Amino acid sequence: MQSTEVTPRRMAASSSETLNPGRLVVALLLFAVLMAFLWGGFVFLRDAQRNDSVPKLLLAVLAIVWGVAGAGGFFYTMNMVVEQLPGNARRLLTPFVFVGPAVLILLWFLALPTLRTLYLSFFDANSIEFVGLNNYVAVFTERTMLTAFRNNLLWMIFGTAGCVVAGLIVAVLADRSNFESLAKALVFLPMAISLVGAGVIWKFIYYYAAPGQTQIGLLNAVVTGFGGQPQAWTTLVQPWNNFFLILILVWLQTGFAMVIFSAAIKSISEDMLEAARVDGASEVGIFFKIMIPTIQGTILTTTTTILIFALKIFDVVLVMTGGQYGTNVIAVEFYRQLFTAGDNGRGSAIAIVLLLAVIPVMVYNLRQLNRQEVF
Amino acid sequence: MAAAAATPARPTRRTGSAKRQQLIGKIVVNTVLALICLAWTIPTLGLLASSIRTRADIANSGWWTIFPHQQFVTTGTVDLPRETDLRQPITLPAELGGGTYTADQITAGVTIPDGRRITWENRRGRVVAIQGTQWGANTNFTLENYQNVLSGRKFTYIAADGSEKTEQGDDLWGALLNSIAVTVPATIIPILIAAFAAYGFAWMRFPGRFLLFTLVVALLVVPLQVALVPILRDYVNLDLNGTYMAVWLAHTGFGLPLAIYLLYNYVSQLPRDILESAFIDGASHFTIFTRLILPLSMPALASFAIFQFLWVWNDYLVAFIFIGNQPGVQVLTMRLVDMAGSRGQDWHVLTAGAFVTMIVPLIVFFSLQRFFVRGLLAGSVKG
Repeated sequence: MQSTEVTPRRMAASSSETLNPGRLVVALLLFAVLMAFLWGGFVFLRDAQRNDSVPKLLLAVLAIVWGVAGAGGFFYTMNMVVEQLPGNARRLLTPFVFVGPAVLILLWFLALPTLRTLYLSFFDANSIEFVGLNNYVAVFTERTMLTAFRNNLLWMIFGTAGCVVAGLIVAVLADRSNFESLAKALVFLPMAISLVGAGVIWKFIYYYAAPGQTQIGLLNAVVTGFGGQPQAWTTLVQPWNNFFLILILVWLQTGFAMVIFSAAIKSISEDMLEAARVDGASEVGIFFKIMIPTIQGTILTTTTTILIFALKIFDVVLVMTGGQYGTNVIAVEFYRQLFTAGDNGRGSAIAIVLLLAVIPVMVYNLRQLNRQEVF
Repeated sequence: MAAAAATPARPTRRTGSAKRQQLIGKIVVNTVLALICLAWTIPTLGLLASSIRTRADIANSGWWTIFPHQQFVTTGTVDLPRETDLRQPITLPAELGGGTYTADQITAGVTIPDGRRITWENRRGRVVAIQGTQWGANTNFTLENYQNVLSGRKFTYIAADGSEKTEQGDDLWGALLNSIAVTVPATIIPILIAAFAAYGFAWMRFPGRFLLFTLVVALLVVPLQVALVPILRDYVNLDLNGTYMAVWLAHTGFGLPLAIYLLYNYVSQLPRDILESAFIDGASHFTIFTRLILPLSMPALASFAIFQFLWVWNDYLVAFIFIGNQPGVQVLTMRLVDMAGSRGQDWHVLTAGAFVTMIVPLIVFFSLQRFFVRGLLAGSVKG
């Protein structure tokens, strides 16, 4: 990464070093017109949506045009304005035309909300009365939350381990098989499916009908086919039902781990593997003594990514059980506190707990950034 | 063949056994992998198969019965004596083997000594059915489920008891349009903004550059739950709730850190010479960005676009919170969650509905898989 800046050596013929009031006014006017267009479009789209006066397909197209033209036009006119300014002001302001919108949006949507949520977490359900650490005390002592913490641990340990191990196995097998790309595409495919859709798919697999009736759920059909009793898997003896939900995560995310491991394995030098084979190493030995150590950095980052995914698991649990039957997780409890119970304080505290859980990863990322000597 | 036999390679015993071992290894690898692939595909396959089966078929038989299998077919009926007591063990007539079974056993079906199967034809009327096995498959396919879930109109159907019933369609077509209207801008806008920012961070010097980029990296893993409550309040103040714009802005905000980070990595590694010669020719940053950087960054832009597209399309939480109870704006995932909650037993509707939500991502996935994988490999951790 380069650390020196590229600067225009010579100014473009069209722009001069002195202020050109006429052009600046035109540019500002254009910017104002764009703003009016954005505002008018916004009001139109909002109201048309609410009273259903425009056919939906047309509305969708208009919304797309408006949003994309608005974002593009914003940069274009902003740049026009800045280019009419005299040299020093232009040089100082041009970078902010480029990074400014992104930074403002990041501040509005992520950075400031984090602080505001932290603030709200010290207030009561309606954010009026200061309650100190009460919300946090409740979060760490209430039974439902303790169950959620336990379940999130189960998800993070078994879900992540399942994805990583299955991903490694598939990556290694696919590398030696005769249908590598097909196999990888099939295992990777669930990555394209929404967690909600996956929930419906697996709800159908775990579907339970009373003994004696036809089992249309695959798992119970297999169990009764072998002479067993049908089970209501997701409401089953707790906490074992959690594992049936965790299996869904493994089904979804193994493809992710597999793709990354597969690329890493392919980058291991063939000479090294060949040398080991000549020395009489078995394939299993090669796997544990050469492959795993070589790609351990990749395994670490992939594990971290899936850990964070498992920490925030939400849609699957919501669709499968709604957090009932001892399957509650942190993100579902957040949703319930906020939208079912209407408790802003408690909900905010839970969100902050989620944030605290990812702080180590954040610190690690920032350390890596510093080490890169980018700046 | 003859030629091959005529020129023996004279393999030593050692390489011969090694070759055999290699062959066995190859077979084991391929078989195990094929089994894994099958296990990974069956859930989706079952959903697809179910979605094109009729309402009655789905309720009464597993989707795997679409494959040829041995099924029981009634070949005749026998009337038991009218006064048979169902609470007592029932002795079947001699022509049916003469065995004694409870009524419940007969309900589940019993196999008599000659291999035929006995079950109730009419329990109250004391009629039993004699069934023999026969190969068959339930291939009674229909697209009706899709018609019914896509349309928002009322439709009628004949229920199992013969009565005519009316049901409201789920209007997934409308939700599909909403999903498109939400997803396309929520994919393009963040990419545009992130590309500008990535260029700014990579090729410009300005005060606060390091600080601002640190902010981007720090926000990479922030869980979006942290942002929802305050943004919801802002939206209420701006009267933005329930609009497309609310969701676009939210997805733009949540997708930006990763977008900037990925694009920065790519843009900062473009060859310096190209940019310098453009500057010598008098081009401004804006011209260089639009004429040079954007076209050169297409692979990275495409990778992130697919990423963001799938993420937004499949998202439920953000849409739920910022669209809420505006039925006209609800996206597919929201509608599917509603359906799973209110019609949990209606598998003909749920399977078709779930597949409708999956069609677009699957098309994107299969046609652009290469870019998707490249994006995954370049990316780190998404918040």
